[in-house]
Amino acid sequence: MSNPYAKLPVWVDYGLIPLINLLVAFLVAGLVVLLVGENPLNAAYYMITGAFGRGEYLGFTLYYATTFIFTGLSVAVAFHAGLFNIGSEGQAYIGGIGVALACLWLDRVLPWYGVLPLAMIGAAFFGALWAFLPGWLQAKRGSHIVITTIMFNFIAASLMVYLLTRVLKPMGSMAPQTRTFDAGGQLPKLDWLMGLFGLNIGNAPFNISFLLALAAAFGCWVLIWRTRFGFEMRTMGHSPSAARYAGISESRITIIVMMISGALAGLMALNPIMGEQARMQLDFVQGAGFVGIAVALMGRSHPAGIIPAAILFGMLYQGGAEIAFEMPAISRDMIVIIQGLVILFAGALENMFRPAIGRFFAGLTARAPAARQAKGA
Amino acid sequence: MSDIAIELKGIDKRFGLVHANKAIDLTVRKGTIHGIIGENGAGKSTLMSILYGFYQADSGEILIDGRPVTIKDPNAAIAAGIGMVHQHFMLVENFTVLENVMLGAEDSQILNASIAKARVELKRLEKEYALEVNPDALIEELPVGLQQRVEILKALYRKADILILDEPTGVLTPPEADHLFRILAQLKAQGKTIILITHKLREIMAITDEVSVMRRGEMVATRPTQATSVEELAELMVGRRVLLRVEKGAALPGAVKLKVENLTVRDGRGVTMVDNVSFELKAGEIVGIAGVAGNGQSELLEAISGIRRAAAGTVLLNGSAIDVTGRADPAELRQRGLAHVPEDRHHVGLVLKFEEAENSILGYHREPTYGKGPFLDLGAIRREAEESIRKYDIRPPDPRLKTANFSGGNQQKIVLAREMERGPDVLIIGQPTRGVDVGAIEFIHKRIIEMRDQGVAVLLVSVELDEIRALSDRILVMFAGRVVGERKADAPEGELGLLMAGIDGKMEAAQ
Repeated sequence: MSNPYAKLPVWVDYGLIPLINLLVAFLVAGLVVLLVGENPLNAAYYMITGAFGRGEYLGFTLYYATTFIFTGLSVAVAFHAGLFNIGSEGQAYIGGIGVALACLWLDRVLPWYGVLPLAMIGAAFFGALWAFLPGWLQAKRGSHIVITTIMFNFIAASLMVYLLTRVLKPMGSMAPQTRTFDAGGQLPKLDWLMGLFGLNIGNAPFNISFLLALAAAFGCWVLIWRTRFGFEMRTMGHSPSAARYAGISESRITIIVMMISGALAGLMALNPIMGEQARMQLDFVQGAGFVGIAVALMGRSHPAGIIPAAILFGMLYQGGAEIAFEMPAISRDMIVIIQGLVILFAGALENMFRPAIGRFFAGLTARAPAARQAKGA
Repeated sequence: MSDIAIELKGIDKRFGLVHANKAIDLTVRKGTIHGIIGENGAGKSTLMSILYGFYQADSGEILIDGRPVTIKDPNAAIAAGIGMVHQHFMLVENFTVLENVMLGAEDSQILNASIAKARVELKRLEKEYALEVNPDALIEELPVGLQQRVEILKALYRKADILILDEPTGVLTPPEADHLFRILAQLKAQGKTIILITHKLREIMAITDEVSVMRRGEMVATRPTQATSVEELAELMVGRRVLLRVEKGAALPGAVKLKVENLTVRDGRGVTMVDNVSFELKAGEIVGIAGVAGNGQSELLEAISGIRRAAAGTVLLNGSAIDVTGRADPAELRQRGLAHVPEDRHHVGLVLKFEEAENSILGYHREPTYGKGPFLDLGAIRREAEESIRKYDIRPPDPRLKTANFSGGNQQKIVLAREMERGPDVLIIGQPTRGVDVGAIEFIHKRIIEMRDQGVAVLLVSVELDEIRALSDRILVMFAGRVVGERKADAPEGELGLLMAGIDGKMEAAQ
């Protein structure tokens, strides 16, 4: 087998390789901790217990994971059509407008389950709108989506500063945020779910948008692998020339996929706005859109991989905060370095060990497939 | 010192299933221009890439000036005195001529001294070989002919005694090509050895001293140019392989199914690839389009099937127009009864990462039988895929296997099954058996004849003249984008070969 990218067993592709990447990332992160003069094993202990040790910690981990599932799906759906949407950050940010408008309008009139559908539609609509523009520009004008979506992140940030300081801020308030929503604008926590496992949620903002995220993951799986549209977008993602041959309109797919991607990113806004803060604050996305890229890469753009990858990053966020708290020598920035290492090894360098592993398995299984091929040819 | 510049002995190279070079022997005498001709895919470029160190031969020996050498990369080739001018130039567009010439041959990290030295050397080379070009001009501002001159200067600057030119006139206008030939003659006069790779017979006759002909990975003949003729070379190039016998009765042509009128297609750079082509295709007949690859056949197929927009002309399918100059939609054409087996199954006809079953509906995935509303019914798709697997004997018989893991012949059967099994009126097939094993070729040919006998109008493009002759009822020959002749299927091979090489009766008389 001369081709190192040859087919590997599924469990290697989706299980072993991410695991090896992750281990290497933690090893290097351990070296960093060692350099600072702390014990990496202790740090690992704080990381794990800080993320999973108590119901409340787990609640925080899953709260972050919820956000990352949405943004990870957003990146992954676009990726299946061969589009690299770096704009999930901005799309989630703009999506917040939809959530905030629904809550500001109806939170005193309807219960949360009346406001939620409208907030979802609003979030998806505004997120999709923000992705439609780069999608349209790529489809009709050839402006590369990577460039335009990055630009649109900045435009979104400026726009939100304007809206939150001038338009949506209540009179007399000094903080760049909307007013706090009443009961109709607050999502119930999933304390009962934690309770099923005998865990106490404490103050964690783990809320029902987690269930929405799981539903969205299932929906994405159906969309990508069980619909005609998913077939078309995967065809385009694998081979634009085959798509043209099959009569699949590249511009149509580009625009629609970007809107779906933007809608998923927008839905992320439900979690921090309705699930935790009960108001829309400046910079509530906090880089989750970019984490979504790493989550999608690590989850191999498959919903079933994105959920564990999102939980992993949730653990890094929550456990990392605990390390910073317990080990003063390790600052908040060190945690960012560790997260960066995971992104580096699991995302950017995900293929680093693949050729070696590929050769290993090719050597291991050389005889069996050779025999099968001889028969099949 | 011998008078042999290059000697290749038993060079053998395989790429997977493709045997690109079969035990090639080649001797090139010093101070001569040696032509290597052959159709696309005959193995010329592979052989030269081995000589220049891009590939390693699986076996065989290379001798330069009588000494055996190992050429493991282009640097070793340059050290051995070999320079190459590629078909697609290897120049940095926004560098000057001087910078390009010295790129990779700088003496030190600090460039000032190298630049001064290179400038002097470049002046000397220009004078010696009459290769004038402004050393400070930017490459992107130079016309193609001058860019090629820079490539030659690059090789000479690296003290090449042996120059390999790969299809050098492909990008040149006729006056530029004439100028190139004068340069090559000048280089020869100065004692350089030149290998010229081309598939244009006229160039070979005009400039070479000796010519070697390659076909299907084999070196079939070497002749002194004086002692050969265009006719002989055409025959050697196209080959007199044993005809693949295909059993078929006489065609019973019916109504006109496809009518192409004055179709003109230009590529992205505005070069005319299909030039005012007209023909008719009737039900129950196979029309073959013969031609050396790259003479517009691909573009013709793409325009008719709606993949590529035509510049002008009309195409009628079953009497109603296809909007070939506007928004012809391949999916809509399929519904109107036009099936298309594309030339390039790897990039166009199939998605290699898809399961076999997924590829068996590519382009037909919107049909109601494959699911309800927006959803796909994977069960139904796999059941149908299994049926065509059985009917076309696709192996291994696993609709869930990734398409990339099928052999070339079985991949082609997947495409054929998909396009043939839906009862099309018109079937357009490009390269039906390229890279397909012999067993499958026979099967595919039989199926094509069966389609014809069922009343399907078949348009066939192949670079294999044998295949065209075996299958077609009529043969159109394309050269430089035009249909230069129509012949019956039993036309002599030599006559077709000459047409394919762009030589018509008039030219023959002139020679």
